[in-house]
Parts: sequence; structure tokens; C-alpha cells
Amino acid sequence: MRNMAKSELIVTRLIKIVGYSAILFVALIFLFLLLEGAPALVEIPLQDLLDTRWYPTEGRFGLLPLIGGTVLVTIGAALIAVPLGLSTAIYIAEVAPRTLREVLKPVVEVLAGLPSVMLGFLGIVVLAPFIRQTFDLPTGLSAFTGAILLGAMAIPTVVSVAEDALDAVPSTYREAAKALGATDWQIIWRVTLPAARSGVLTAVMLGIGRVIGETMAVMMVTGNAPVIPNGLASLFRPARTMTATIAAEMGEVANGSVHYHALFLIGIVLFTFSLIVNLSVSGVVFRRRTRAERILS
Amino acid sequence: MKTFLAVTLLLGLLLASCSSDGDASSKGTTSTIVNKGSDTIVNLALAWAEAYKGVEPRVDIAVTGGGSGTGIAALINGTVDVANASRQIKPVERDEAVANDVEPVEFVIARDAIAIIVHPTNPITELSIDQLSDIYSGKISNWSELGGDDRPIVKLSRETNSGTHVYFLEQVLRKGDKEDSTLFSPDTLLLPSSEGIMTEVRDNPNALGYDGLGYVTDDVKVVAVAGEQSCFYVLPSIETVNNAKYPISRDLYMYTAGEPTGRILAYLEWILQADAQTIVSDLGFVPATP
Repeated sequence: MRNMAKSELIVTRLIKIVGYSAILFVALIFLFLLLEGAPALVEIPLQDLLDTRWYPTEGRFGLLPLIGGTVLVTIGAALIAVPLGLSTAIYIAEVAPRTLREVLKPVVEVLAGLPSVMLGFLGIVVLAPFIRQTFDLPTGLSAFTGAILLGAMAIPTVVSVAEDALDAVPSTYREAAKALGATDWQIIWRVTLPAARSGVLTAVMLGIGRVIGETMAVMMVTGNAPVIPNGLASLFRPARTMTATIAAEMGEVANGSVHYHALFLIGIVLFTFSLIVNLSVSGVVFRRRTRAERILS
Repeated sequence: MKTFLAVTLLLGLLLASCSSDGDASSKGTTSTIVNKGSDTIVNLALAWAEAYKGVEPRVDIAVTGGGSGTGIAALINGTVDVANASRQIKPVERDEAVANDVEPVEFVIARDAIAIIVHPTNPITELSIDQLSDIYSGKISNWSELGGDDRPIVKLSRETNSGTHVYFLEQVLRKGDKEDSTLFSPDTLLLPSSEGIMTEVRDNPNALGYDGLGYVTDDVKVVAVAGEQSCFYVLPSIETVNNAKYPISRDLYMYTAGEPTGRILAYLEWILQADAQTIVSDLGFVPATP
């Protein structure tokens, strides 16, 4: 009995340490980014950082084209991945017959494991020429191509997490709604989806997180031209994302140079981006929960 | 007690493995030369590394690409023995190297022509340096302005860490004028590899690209180029590079940290010999020692 308690104590401690270490690592990474990136704010005047050109080897450090490129590709990919991913999840969880569902779920999850380099290669060889011909564009290496590819990459994540959330909704909810005479669509839209809201939002957040952070495929298909986007037409022009910039240039720079610090500054901007996405979504999730609790009590 | 034993055992093992490593390198059974840099040179360097196996089987040469800037940065940071570069080291980089206690020593190991390439169906056959400069800086944006079809020009370039990019910027866009501060137009596509440029030129009738002659395959069209003061359009080849008729050619370099000694010196001496230089012309480059 005493032994049991002891081992339990060890396990609890261990889990606690592992849990805290995750927070510690994030904090350490952010500290490292800050230490390496902050000097850029001193070395490069603010108006140079807000310049319209990114040409680091010639001393031009305008971040706007890169931020614009990331925003453009991310919004494009989210517009593809979220509706498609959620409807697939709803289909798998609510509509598809049991047997089909047992096939679909693992297949979608296998898709999530595809290496992004391979998808990027497919993008260059198949998707880019197709998009150039279909939309009569100057080149198929565009933000749109990147958005499609990233959308496709995020769909499995969205589907998998959202389906789990929908599946976790107690079947009594559905039965009760059915007993009240609700149609299948009303059950999905008014009962299951709101009940699984927090899980579904997590799915969307993870999907967008994957899109913002994706590097390899995006570097291969977006053409990497640092142009500031203006309007919808920019979606069909080449763009350069922050991740692709870091990946393409990090190997080149000497430690401690201005360019090196500037790349870490991009890292900080990117980190802030994902932080904002995460915080805003979790903010929504928690607010809903407290309100529901208030109603219940 | 048990843990103490285990820890001692682990430490002992670690120490044993360390010392055996040390023995291997001091006896010189096999040693490695780490070689990194220019993507233009990487195929050549690989071919050399392979051939050198037959000359000196006890030396392994690990070759990777990444771009000239990458190689030189690695040399400065002390992670490679030999850096490949398709451009000369910049004064800034030399200063950084000296600050890191590294003295870069330069070797010219081959020469290369930069070919201007377009899609096979493009009717354009010749361009002058002035025209190329105007296209890449954004002053000319349609093939019809050059006598071609009414199509937008999609400009392809290597990333800024590429020696080829730097050479092209200095010698073509700025025509060798050091005071000139012309840049590539922002809508120039910066592709991460030579292969990326070849794929897009092969596929896209609007594309215009440049690449080392060693990379150019038969399924793209090479354009003849005229120098600034010349009205002769010349196609790149070993002859036109050697007799200086082709205007955009350059030397290719290897850099070592300090005067090379031992195995690295032996390797570099071998590279400049006739059999190694035959490999140079086999791969479409121009030998450094004719």
C-alpha cells in the first residue's frame, strides 16, 4: 500500500514536470527569438522595416511584402480548408454509414502524414502548370497555388480533430432533438455543431496553425517574389511568405549579422501571429463555456 | 547504490567510445573533408568527390549545396573545410571571417558561362545585355517589346544567397558599374534551386531565366547574348568562354580556412590536374587550366 502511494507520487510529479516543461520550452524559445531578433530593431530604423522592398543582401529590410505574403496565403488556404474540412468532418461523423466511416477516418489521417516536400513537388509539376493554363496567368507559381496546396495540407488536420469533437457529443442530444421532430440538418446545425463548438474551433485553429507555419511546399510553389499584395488580383500573382524567407536565407547568413537578426525578427512576427490566432480562438472557446455554465446553474 | 553503479557504467561506456573515436582519426584510417556551397558547383564537386575515391580511398568528401553565401557563411562559422562559391568572397564576408579568426584562401577551380534560357516555343533568339538589364529591372515587361509574342515576361532568378544571383545583379543588371544601385524588380520570382528554374522554363512559354551552362538541358532554348559595346550575338560554349566572346562568364572558386595543408591541400592540387579538369568539361563547365 505504501509502495503504491510512492509510485503514484512519482508518476504525478513526473507528469507535472512534463506539463510544465512544455510551457518552459515555449518560454525559452520565445526568449531565444527575442534575444536574437531584438537587435534588428536597433540596427534597422523603423521606417526601413516598413519599407516596400525586401532585399537583404543590398540592405533593404522591408517586412511588409513578407507579412502581406503570409497573410494572403494563409487567408486563401483557410478559405479552402475550413469549409471543406468541416463539411468532411460533419459527413464522416453525422451522415456516413458506420462502415464507410471506419474507412474514411483512417484514410484522411494518412493524408495528414504526407511529407510537405512531396506535396510541393506535386505542386510544381502538376498544380502550377494546371493553374497557369486554367486561369490564363503569366505563371502558375502564385499565392493561389500555395493556398490550394496548404489548404489541402490543413484539411486532414481539421477533419480529424473536428470529427473527434463531433463524435464526442452524447448521442442523447441527437435523440432528444429527433424526438422533438428536428430534421437531420437541424440536428447537425442547431445541436451537434454548437455542442462541439470548442473542439471544432480547436480544429480550425490547428489547421490555420499548420498553414502559417508550413515552409517547404510554400517555398516551392509561390514563386517567392516579395511583392506587397494589393487586392484580390494579388492572390494570382507570386508572393513570398515569412517562413519561406527564413528557410531560404537562414543558411546563408553569418551569425550575428544584421541580416541574421532580421530573420529572427521575422520569426518573432510569425510567433506573434500564431499567438494572436491561438489567443483569439481560445478566448472565444472559454467565453462560451462560462456562459453555458451560467445558464445551467 | 544501484544507480551509482549504472551511472559509472554509463560514463565508462561514453569515455570508451570517445577515446576509440580519437584513435581512429589519429591513425588516419579514414578522414572526411566537408565541402559545401554553390549549387552551381555542387554536381561538379560531387563528381570530383566520387573520382577522388579512386585516387585516395581513405579520404571521404562530403558534398552539399545551398548556395555560395551558405558555403562561405559555413566557412566563417567553422563548420566546413572547403567552401564552394560561384562568386568571389565579399569584403564584408572577409571582415566577418577575420573577426572569427578565419583567413579565407581562394582557388579558381573552373569557369562557367551563364546561359539565358527561354521556353522552346519562344521566337526570341538573341538579347543584348542592355535588354536583359531592362527586363530584370522591370522596364520591359512584355515579349512584344523585344519583337516576340504578346505575352508577359515572367522573370526567374535564383535566391539572393546564390552566387549566380549576385553575379547577374552586378554584371548584367548593373553592367559592372559599382555606383549603380539597380535591383531586380520585386516581381522577379526567386526560386530556391537551379532545378526549379529549369522546370518553370521548360513548362512556361512566358518565362525567362538564367542558369549555369552545366545545368542547361536540351528541352529549353538558349538565347545568344551580345555584350554592352558589341553587336555580335554569341551562344555560350567552352570556346566562346575561353576566347572571351561570350559576355556573361565567370570563375568558380573554392575557399579554405587558412592555407590548406595535408589531405585538403592534396585534394585541391588533384582538382587542378588534367584528369580532374576533364570532368569539368564533361559536365558542361569550362576548365580552369586549359
